[in-house]
Amino acid sequence: MRYNRFSKAMTYGLAGAMALGLGVGGTAFAGETEASAPASDVTLEFQQWWGVELPDGALDEICKGFTDKTGIKIETLSNPYADTKTQIAAGAAAGTMADVVGLDGSWVYDFAKQGAIANLSDLMKADSYDDSQLSDQIKYEGSTYMIPVVNFAYPLYYNKDILDKAGVTEVPSTWTEFLDACQKIKDNTDAAGYCIPLNTEAPNGIQNQFSSWVWASGGSLLKDGKPSLTDNETLTKVTELFKTMYDKGYLSSGVEAMKEQDMVNEFENGRLAFMVDGISHLTTITKESPDINFDYAKMPVMDGFTGKSGMDVANWGIGIAENCEHKTEAMQFVEYLMSPEINAKLAQLANAFPGNSNAKPDYSSNDERFQKAYEFFNEGYAINEFTGAPTAEDLMRSFNEQLVLFLDGDTSSSADALSAIQGEWQSVYGS
Amino acid sequence: MSNTRFKWDKKGRRRIGISYAYLAPTLILMVILLMVPIIMVIRYSFFDNVIVNKNPVFVGLQNYKTVLTDKKFWEAVGHTLYFVIVSIIAHMIIGMAFALVLNTRYLSSTTKGIFRVLFALPWMFTASVIAILWRMLLDPNGVLNFFIQALHLSKQQVLFLASRDVALRSVTLINIWSGYPFYMISILAGLQGVSTDIYEASALDGANSVQTFLHVTIPSIKPILISLIMLDFVWTLQQFALIWMTTGGGPVNATETVSTYIYKYAFTKYQYSIASTGAVILLIVCTIIGIFYVKRQIAEE
Repeated sequence: MRYNRFSKAMTYGLAGAMALGLGVGGTAFAGETEASAPASDVTLEFQQWWGVELPDGALDEICKGFTDKTGIKIETLSNPYADTKTQIAAGAAAGTMADVVGLDGSWVYDFAKQGAIANLSDLMKADSYDDSQLSDQIKYEGSTYMIPVVNFAYPLYYNKDILDKAGVTEVPSTWTEFLDACQKIKDNTDAAGYCIPLNTEAPNGIQNQFSSWVWASGGSLLKDGKPSLTDNETLTKVTELFKTMYDKGYLSSGVEAMKEQDMVNEFENGRLAFMVDGISHLTTITKESPDINFDYAKMPVMDGFTGKSGMDVANWGIGIAENCEHKTEAMQFVEYLMSPEINAKLAQLANAFPGNSNAKPDYSSNDERFQKAYEFFNEGYAINEFTGAPTAEDLMRSFNEQLVLFLDGDTSSSADALSAIQGEWQSVYGS
Repeated sequence: MSNTRFKWDKKGRRRIGISYAYLAPTLILMVILLMVPIIMVIRYSFFDNVIVNKNPVFVGLQNYKTVLTDKKFWEAVGHTLYFVIVSIIAHMIIGMAFALVLNTRYLSSTTKGIFRVLFALPWMFTASVIAILWRMLLDPNGVLNFFIQALHLSKQQVLFLASRDVALRSVTLINIWSGYPFYMISILAGLQGVSTDIYEASALDGANSVQTFLHVTIPSIKPILISLIMLDFVWTLQQFALIWMTTGGGPVNATETVSTYIYKYAFTKYQYSIASTGAVILLIVCTIIGIFYVKRQIAEE
């Protein structure tokens, strides 16, 4: 019995000592690696959704170029957009985010506030990086947390056949012309004039199909970074423009339950004359509906507006995790992706516009319509006020709900609707 | 006597020890996957905000006060109750009707087999497939509207999911369609277990078909029916995917249920403590139903 107890005690003691030894040894080894590892021993995890959307192997090839140059290995973790969002959010909460992450502008505020992503202003400063070449930087409390790598513009798509059938000879350039065209389309065809997807599951119709009208006429939803929805002339007029379109039956029926994909389907099926949509859909629409005769146009502007138009953009942004142990190397990788040559290549492959203003992508092999959209993009300026906004999706959702109430006639005036949204937005920005 | 008892105790203790050793993997998994998350969510509900806040502050019952005084929460509760009660009643009626049809002796076994597969089909689809399918069917340019127009039932398109007056009824209809096969299969299994002797006896007593149904069939499968209602109540109460993928809780908040309310607080407002509070309230309701269910099961045994 005594022997048994003794042997048991010895076994537990030895096991404990071994575990302790392994732990201490492991820690010592880890510390040693971290302290003395040359750059070539560093492996950075790069989590994003871009690899899935780029041609097969294109992102890995770009990353390989960086490894060849610096010896720093890049492990790409590519998943579809929604999965990436979930994984990054989980990583942010647990402090296990991949070293370098692909970011959407609407996530930045929340991750930066949470302290999950690193301050890139500090890293750029430490590296003496010239940030004047960057087309944009997404900031939180005055510091950069995300750099847009490539931009996807949202031009106006129009179906030439529907316009011809309706007797619209010129693509409308002002709101009055646009409403006239919609009336002709309603009178002479079965198609709808315009569409704004207002399903509350994904309320980005407010950003892409509504606010794009405000930005195109030089308007803004914010003033000094704070909500400015009341006493905002352009916004009020855009809200009333949508009410006119809704009341006169120019919008697709059932917009309240439509998602962006439904709108694209309507366009592909020849049931929609105009839509504002991402340029990334160009290839898909051409491939899925080769019979659709469509082109791009500039957004119609408020009558009498002669200034520069803002063009709605979405971006593939990049950031560095706060928990990254190799921030200097991670910054090197970001700088590599933002270098004019690589950035141009990435933009060309992604059918997007470059995030480096010095990049000169060769779009000669791209669709002619794409080149046309690039011209529009260069003539105006890129804008998206939801990028970097706090709980951006929720802001869009509250706007969406109030807009539906206004369109349905439950809210008597645009001023009341905008005042209600201002109140909701104020509480978010105020907090 | 005492000696025997001692031996039994020792043996008994050993047997209990072995039993728990066998149960250990399951128990450990249950603790990790079930108990820990539940305890964490309950704990979160007592803090000002968690996950996104590195230094959460204990606020006691403040979050419960916030949720329980939120008008939108009570609207969501109202929608949830409508969704759950109508779904359960319709599931029961349709499930029972189809089970009776499939249990009849007037159809050949081949015909019954084909209809069994057809009727059970909605149960096989995942929520995302059901959502896509019904979104297409209920679209203003969809099949249903085509028939409505062709049969001159309405001059205008019916906005099944886009109208605030109709949307909740539409998502309830989708849920009814996707959930009745569970009732049908369970009731059918119950009906097949009812002895034919009872039916013969009731026929000899001169009972008509309605009397037989009310006084023989229903009492015979009553335990199954009660279990079905309780399970369906809990499942429908938690239904999220179907509503989220069809309407997202909208238009405005016409189809907002407690589950979409919780989701929005957690994943778009990042107010995890409020979301946890909503989840705890839902947990309490489900637990009460669960207790009744377990008690019922024990009583049956």
